[in-house]
Amino acid sequence: MVSLLIRLFYEFFKVGLFSIGGGMATIPFLSDIGEKTGWFTASDLMNMIAVSESTPGPIGINMATYVGFTVAGVPGAIVSTAGEVAPAIIIILIIAGFLKKFRTNKYVNNAFYGLKPASTGLIGAALLVVVEEVLFPEGFPGDLSLKALILIPIIWYLSNRFKYTKGLHPICFIGICAVVGIVFQFAQ
Amino acid sequence: MKIYIELFLTFAKIGVMTFGGGMAMLPMLQREIVENKHWADEDELADYYAIGQCTPGIIAVNTATFIGNKLAGISGGLTATAGIVFPSLVIIMTLASIIAMYSHLPVVENAFAGIQVAVCVLIFNSVVKLSKSSVVDRLTALIFILVLAGSFLIDISPVFFVLAAAVVGIIAKNKEA
Repeated sequence: MVSLLIRLFYEFFKVGLFSIGGGMATIPFLSDIGEKTGWFTASDLMNMIAVSESTPGPIGINMATYVGFTVAGVPGAIVSTAGEVAPAIIIILIIAGFLKKFRTNKYVNNAFYGLKPASTGLIGAALLVVVEEVLFPEGFPGDLSLKALILIPIIWYLSNRFKYTKGLHPICFIGICAVVGIVFQFAQ
Repeated sequence: MKIYIELFLTFAKIGVMTFGGGMAMLPMLQREIVENKHWADEDELADYYAIGQCTPGIIAVNTATFIGNKLAGISGGLTATAGIVFPSLVIIMTLASIIAMYSHLPVVENAFAGIQVAVCVLIFNSVVKLSKSSVVDRLTALIFILVLAGSFLIDISPVFFVLAAAVVGIIAKNKEA
């Protein structure tokens, strides 16, 4: 148990240290942890993302707590969350003294010029993994899920284009999809 | 001691009352930190936010650490951070236990199978939104595409891409100057 907790702390310390740009940016790292350790599947991770989006609190923290709890119960949840916030706390406490200098530092800004598109690219790659998971529930190239193929563009349209629903909180679209999933038996 | 309790409770309240973290948390922070508690002014909060975005980690946590540290040193920073993550811990652990109990029911399986479609679209929306501020020229577009394809096709840790991109950013911008 202790070695599992140390491993969790270490993995989430890495997530906290290398994910740039908030909660969504942790997804590629979580997906990597799942693949590497077998602690949870891509499908489990998507459910955790949905729950984390639909509950109060920062999404990144919610996801760390959920993964930690799934792997090792209450101690796991606490250790994962502590691991995820530890790098930020250390960095902030160090730079708090020379805040303005840090913000205008050339090397910091130049590094972030490269880091931001990379972070976005990583989330893009994680997106491809989850889309594959949704469209081919039995694995690619298994049977294509027609229901998902139809629902994806509809939800995209509702969240981005349709004037009565675009910009609504993610929880609304999660709710709509839950109902559609039940009515049309998406798990079958 | 009073300041620690106050830090913990204020940030726990902010944690409970925001859905989504990051930018969604800013109005709540403004109201609690600037208007109610006067722990920081608008400019300071804007600075914390800007720095939160150019340091690793969760923006809300970074801001909490800044303000806690400003008011009561390192232990203040730790207390504020503990406050902001506390509601997440309680709520997620409760929900996770409940969901685990019912996850085998067909109705729950169907609901989550539907929800996974929403998750795809939400991640897609977030990639589009993030790319608007991160993909700003040819080089950043190239980094975006290479990392996306590389990370999807090759089985290596995302850490590698993050480190490589930081180095590329520093070298490329130095050459420009």
